Amino acid sequence: MKKDIILAGVGGQGILSIAACIGLAALAENLFLKQAEVHGMSQRGGAVQSHLRIASDPIASDLIPEGKADLIISVEPMESLRYLPMLHRNGWIISSMNPFVNIPDYPQVEVVLDEIWKQNRYITLDADAIAKECGSVKSANIVVLGAASPFLDLKYETLQNAVMQLFASKGDDIVELNLKALQAGKEYALKHS
Amino acid sequence: MLGDEAIAQAAIDAGVSGVYAYPGTPSTEIMEYVQVSDQAKELQIRSLWSANEKTAMETALGMSYAGKRAMVCMKHVGLNVAADAFINSAITGANGGLVVIAADDPSMHSSQNEQDSRFYGKFALLPILEPGNQQEAYDMTYYAFNLSEQLRLPVLLRITTRLAHSRSGVEVKPLRAQNTLQLPGNLRQYVLLPAIARKQYKALLGKQDAMEIEAEQSGFNQYFEGENKRMGLVVCGLAYNYVMENYPDRKCPYPIFKIGQYPVPRQMMNRLYEECDSILVLEDGYPIVEELLRGMLDKGKLIRGRMDGALPRDGELNPNLVASALGLPVSVGNPIPGIVRNRPPKLCDGCGHTDAFLALNEAMKKYGKGRVFSDIGCYTLSALPPLESINSCVDMGASITMAVGAADAGLIPAVATIGDSTFTHSGMTSLLDAINNKAPITVLILDNSTTGMTGGQTSSAFGKIEDICKGLGVEEEHLHIIRPLRRYHDENVEIIKKELEYHGVSVIIPRRECIQTLNRRMRQKASARKLAKS
Repeated sequence: MKKDIILAGVGGQGILSIAACIGLAALAENLFLKQAEVHGMSQRGGAVQSHLRIASDPIASDLIPEGKADLIISVEPMESLRYLPMLHRNGWIISSMNPFVNIPDYPQVEVVLDEIWKQNRYITLDADAIAKECGSVKSANIVVLGAASPFLDLKYETLQNAVMQLFASKGDDIVELNLKALQAGKEYALKHS
Repeated sequence: MLGDEAIAQAAIDAGVSGVYAYPGTPSTEIMEYVQVSDQAKELQIRSLWSANEKTAMETALGMSYAGKRAMVCMKHVGLNVAADAFINSAITGANGGLVVIAADDPSMHSSQNEQDSRFYGKFALLPILEPGNQQEAYDMTYYAFNLSEQLRLPVLLRITTRLAHSRSGVEVKPLRAQNTLQLPGNLRQYVLLPAIARKQYKALLGKQDAMEIEAEQSGFNQYFEGENKRMGLVVCGLAYNYVMENYPDRKCPYPIFKIGQYPVPRQMMNRLYEECDSILVLEDGYPIVEELLRGMLDKGKLIRGRMDGALPRDGELNPNLVASALGLPVSVGNPIPGIVRNRPPKLCDGCGHTDAFLALNEAMKKYGKGRVFSDIGCYTLSALPPLESINSCVDMGASITMAVGAADAGLIPAVATIGDSTFTHSGMTSLLDAINNKAPITVLILDNSTTGMTGGQTSSAFGKIEDICKGLGVEEEHLHIIRPLRRYHDENVEIIKKELEYHGVSVIIPRRECIQTLNRRMRQKASARKLAKS
């Protein structure tokens, strides 16, 4: 088993939480893991990405080779497109449809979505609306993780445990909220893939 | 663990007594790990931030003098600041194990250059370790303390951003006891008077062979056989992973000399050189090994690498660049659609720096652009639209002294903007120069009460800035503290305008807590309240 994943978003949108969940789940399943993160200046509202690799055999490079990623998981639609050169021809894009507009020349969101829909395989979802239904828009990143969950080759229960572990310090309410968000994202993906 | 965290844990396990550092991407997380480690607390490992990298290096040297193990961590350009202490620490030698971590930033993810710290190690004539993965980062740090105590020399460990900020599983080693207090056998060893320094320098030169033998025997330099001798690979640090990534069965057909410890053992290099028709050198950073191998005249076998275009001269390596240097097909995905716009980093919403620069911009209108020297921190982002306020960012503390020089040249008024932590890092001596020069400059010390860009570490300047300024000789009537908030904008503009007209040193301190640390504090308070209720 081997999954190479590009996580994308804007600094502060919670992609490292997604990475942490997948990482915890992978460790629980005794998989090897490498994850390259972005820290420092680019975190300030800039484009951020993380290379996450999980596999049953030892992994060589911290970076995924171009054109070889199995998945792009993005919490922002335009950011999912920024890493297209990394994606394998048969790879999947799992992206939120909700734009994060903090630049003056952000394109029309319809145009951005059209570009995603031109790709081979994708799931786009209104993660903010789904998260709101679950109780808080703040869990939109976990909704996106849920939508990616059928493509990760990880047991759903281990992902649930990872979410519980990650949010345990924030109290039971927050854990419940994020478990609901995970489930809602997964259901959306199963209906629309 | 992140590569940074592996280094921190290894130091704890190797019996370190003190870790010293100034925050700097990508090295910050080493110290942060020690600071939150329960184990480190229990072991009473000293782990407070230093004012700058030089003071950190000197403090670590002092701990080593007293017989205990010490580690000092910095980003690559921090080693420039610490260079005086670092180079001379090779002459004094070490008593307790002394390990220096320099985190390079090829591709300049968060830096102003991509200098290669291995040059510093060579310059100082010290052993260098260069881990290729998180496990090696751990193992080499653990080993570095032994090596330091064995050779009685500081040891440099060089990492890059990619390793510092990448996570993987790491196996740890048993905890060693810390050293007890023990003065150096020779109490003059650290007195670098010429007569003593000459002796010490000869001793350092005398250890070079032992360093090379150690690099051959430690196991961190490895030779891997390969059937195809048309090419031999010299691979430093992380580059090994990129080679292996290109051979899914992990079988590279070419012989490989994998370098993790310097000075490079000539015998191992010679074997590869003799066995193979040509050599490909793969290293992150500057082509140091490649240059050594080519020599000045480069009249030997065909050598390829960064210097002949087989690989780009700048930027970090990656699996695809290495694939094309190896002559393998390179995979490509779809291109980035034309509609995708750049999203550069910017100051956070609600950041006090924005209000300070809006006021400065307005006050400067009558003088025109090109007069504002700045420094290193979040506020450097004010160079970009929409603010476009500043005209320089060179090195820590340079804003004030560059303004002095420009004013000397007749650019009056000249303005310096510098953050609170950068000010106590390297700006205080600059301000003293300005005062002694009676320079007609206006200095804005942007006080967000933290080291913001690296994530909100304690600032050495906290609560001390006015007293420092007064102590250095800033006149009280030209020292102002303002609140960088929109509602005080007009008032702030007037104060800045007035000081721009003063023909001497003025200091204005726009003071408002970093929005990130403020939000974090509020969140912590809220969750503490929640816990108390339940």
